[in-house]
Amino acid sequence: MNYLLRGIGVVAAVGVISLLAFSLPSPSGEARGDGGSETLPKLTHKNWQQECASCHIAYAPAFLPKASWRRVMGGLDQHFGENASLDPVTQADILRFLEANAADAGTSRMGNRVMQGMDAKSAPLRITETRWFVRKHDEVSRAVWSRKAVGSAANCAACHRQAEQGVFDEDTVRIPK
Amino acid sequence: MIKRLFRSSLAMLGMASTVAWAADNPASLMAHYAATAGVPVSGLSAKRGEMLYRTEHPGRNGQPVSCAACHTANPTQPGRTRVNKLIEPLAPAANPQRFTDAAKVEKWFRRNCTDVLQRECSAQEKGDFIAWLSQTK
Repeated sequence: MNYLLRGIGVVAAVGVISLLAFSLPSPSGEARGDGGSETLPKLTHKNWQQECASCHIAYAPAFLPKASWRRVMGGLDQHFGENASLDPVTQADILRFLEANAADAGTSRMGNRVMQGMDAKSAPLRITETRWFVRKHDEVSRAVWSRKAVGSAANCAACHRQAEQGVFDEDTVRIPK
Repeated sequence: MIKRLFRSSLAMLGMASTVAWAADNPASLMAHYAATAGVPVSGLSAKRGEMLYRTEHPGRNGQPVSCAACHTANPTQPGRTRVNKLIEPLAPAANPQRFTDAAKVEKWFRRNCTDVLQRECSAQEKGDFIAWLSQTK
């Protein structure tokens, strides 16, 4: 009887402890084994949000290095096949913001991740061309990218349902049928 | 004192921005484009505007493009950008924010005319375009 009670007590204690261990967020935020680098710092910048987000989501500056942003902002009149030109003042203002928060600005862990394995001299125009992006999406088949609800790899929010809030956690991914 | 200065400058900023945002509407823009084209407002044609909207042109990559390709055949309906982002309806009847900011209107004419027509639109074309959209229900 005594042993039985003690046994129940042990099982209960182990259960409670393991429940706690798995449900509490770890203080370092590294519970997902990915360095907690799946969420972007909250950034606000009127022109970036207004202008860049009129055709696609306002891609976070941390997704590309400064040299890339200079190329992107220097060629807005031929922006991936479309004319996205801006007045010079707005253009310079957005570029300043992008450079200050770029992948190599050292202001975000996501940026550090993007820079890992990137050639110091490379300045890709597309986020989807970075090694980081390719590695992160290597399990997504070509057929998924061309689904109508996705349309393009540029459409982050098709699967990353909280992309517009800067959240790219695996938990928030739902691939549309 | 500083507080008062701050308040009055805030008020002035508020006034300035109200003026900047509320100054334009479809009718004032039509008047502006008609004047630039050297025609009376009655010289703008909704019919030509509709044609401009619907006509397909060879795009940069050979694919046919038109305004309707992204804004859909019915401009009171939302459209989609090439990367699938929602475009609010273009017709003021469905979206009263349209054609209320001259700088924004100019920005999009400049971009989209070059994409669809491979050239900028004339003042007459811009006026025709707004004439059609502002009567589209």
